[in-house]
Amino acid sequence: MNLKPATLQRIDELITHYPVKRSAVLMLLHAIQEDVGYISDPAIEWVAAKLELQPINVYEVVTFYPMFRRQPIGRRHIKVCRTLSCALMGGYKTCETFEKEFNTHAGPTEVSPDGEVTVEFVECLASCGTAPVVMIDDELHEKVDCAKAKQLSDQIKTEAKKR
Amino acid sequence: MAAPEQRRIIFQHIDAPGYSNDLACYVKHGGYEILKKAVAMPPAAIIDEVKKSGLRGRGGAGFGCGLKWSLVDRKSGKPIYLVVNADESEPGTFKDRYIIHQDPHQLIEGIMVTCWANNVKQAYIYIRGEMPHGARILEQAIAEARAANFVGPNILGTSYSCEIYVHRGAGAYICGEETGLIESLEGKRPYPRIKPPYFPAVLGLYQCPTIVNNVETLCHVKHIVDMGGDNYAKIGTPNNTGTRILCVSGHVQRPGYYEYEVGKITMGQLLNEVCGGPLPGRKFKAVIPGGSSSKILRFGETFTLKNKDGSSRTLTIEDIPMDFDTLAACGTMGGSGGVIVMDDSVNMVEALANLNAFYAHESCGQCTPCREGSLWMKKITTRMVHANARAEDGQLLKSVADQIAGRTVCAFGEACSWPTQSFVAKFGDEFKAYPETKKQSKNGDALELV
Ligand SMILES: Cc1cc2nc3c(=O)[nH]c(=O)nc-3n(C[C@H](O)[C@H](O)[C@H](O)COP(=O)(O)O)c2cc1C
Ligand code: FES
Repeated sequence: MNLKPATLQRIDELITHYPVKRSAVLMLLHAIQEDVGYISDPAIEWVAAKLELQPINVYEVVTFYPMFRRQPIGRRHIKVCRTLSCALMGGYKTCETFEKEFNTHAGPTEVSPDGEVTVEFVECLASCGTAPVVMIDDELHEKVDCAKAKQLSDQIKTEAKKR
Repeated sequence: MAAPEQRRIIFQHIDAPGYSNDLACYVKHGGYEILKKAVAMPPAAIIDEVKKSGLRGRGGAGFGCGLKWSLVDRKSGKPIYLVVNADESEPGTFKDRYIIHQDPHQLIEGIMVTCWANNVKQAYIYIRGEMPHGARILEQAIAEARAANFVGPNILGTSYSCEIYVHRGAGAYICGEETGLIESLEGKRPYPRIKPPYFPAVLGLYQCPTIVNNVETLCHVKHIVDMGGDNYAKIGTPNNTGTRILCVSGHVQRPGYYEYEVGKITMGQLLNEVCGGPLPGRKFKAVIPGGSSSKILRFGETFTLKNKDGSSRTLTIEDIPMDFDTLAACGTMGGSGGVIVMDDSVNMVEALANLNAFYAHESCGQCTPCREGSLWMKKITTRMVHANARAEDGQLLKSVADQIAGRTVCAFGEACSWPTQSFVAKFGDEFKAYPETKKQSKNGDALELV
């Protein structure tokens, strides 16, 4: 496990928040996923050792919660809301637009051929009044109709070129 | 009758120009004065005020807040925890998001007043994983409040100490259910616990007495201490006191969040005046009044309700006051305040198929009726839309749904079966006609829902 010093420091701080170490599992997994992009087998073992648990105790958490992933994904993560309020405002078309723009299929572990994006169709993002909504990495985008989806895709492509 | 004015108590500063989410701005607007008032009051007096206020939980069940607090086991000798439910995961609900992002100190003050009243030394805010900014904003706000001695050791020069930490979920709806949330906070899969014996008030977090309250509920507590329970109880209507935030989404001209005195605005005023009515050329067809789990209402249906004096009254959907009790009497619920509107462009089989996919994805899998039932309801409605539909599918769906509710550890069983039961009950004609409807539709630009 090669974690950044800032991550290690944050992890030690997080563990102090709980009277029972095991409680820190989710927060540690978030910290690690933000640092290295996904949760590998060594990461599971590392967290287990850190919190004095069996690896299975961490594994069962990683495999339950949709936000944790076992393999790397695209450089950018596009989450399109699928649930009713967004669907009523055209969320399925929004998702299709992103799929077409990046020549990929929506799925938690699908990566576009250029490695740039993962498009995921997710459940309600608690912003139903500004449907359809999309999260790109940590950023929420509201009222993303097809035109706006196209615009956001162009932006991602431009940023990719600059890299 | 014209719609009443909004009464913004909780959302007073939301979207206000120049209002920022830092401590300085909050204090400039009178922030933490109520916490100062609270720590000069005996804790039991605050609990009394909250009881008098009649405040009911805003997270979904509408359970009396003062009553919940009075059920806490205070004799166990164990620490008492407060867990703030900021999971905001019931589809159609989007209110806690704005409090967290724009006015986090209002929540923190509400938490600290609640902790003082209940002798809580440790609170956790459980925020859904998909709000990473919200989590950072809360951490920052707590750090500011700690530096100013409103949170942490010996607050405001008293001998009372209390910490707040932020805990992030990771994308599972079931973590909104309070005992699932507690399991998740303990670092496990969020499998809800069976009640009895695991009532959080007695055996909650780490098997200690625990209070679980919604973000909006805790904000109300602050204002109750400010104005006094009796005065708060004058807002709203009897047994449905205070204000509540109504989140309107779907097919209206002006979706959004609106804060009204509970029961002072009707569904008709809300949708037709406040939200500007249906989209051009459309008519309202159905509304889900309290988050996706609440039972759907069909425009045109009427409800005959008993009055206290034994007489009865008949209401249309438009007449229904947006309160807990009337919505319950109409066979649905106020729930989380998420109002989802559908117009006549929507086919109800397809709308249900969308929701069934949600519930099948979110069932935790612990109880067989829910795990299998939610999956089969999804499979049936998806087949109806994408493969062959049969006239008797409505009845088949109902038979599955009827075998879930009441047979599960937690209320997810009800949450996932109520949509199917109510859609089929109210729109049975559409389910029967669906095979025909499909043959006739040209499948061009139709709205895709599943
Ligand atoms: C399946 C399910 C999901 C729930 N999701 C939430 C939620 O996202 N937010 C929330 O505050 N309450 C949610 N609740 C209700 C909580 O279990 C609990 O009643 C509530 O947090 C209590 O707070 P209150 O009394 O302040 O409303 C959910 C309940 C169930 C059964
Ligand atoms: S349905 Fe998309 S944000 Fe709620």
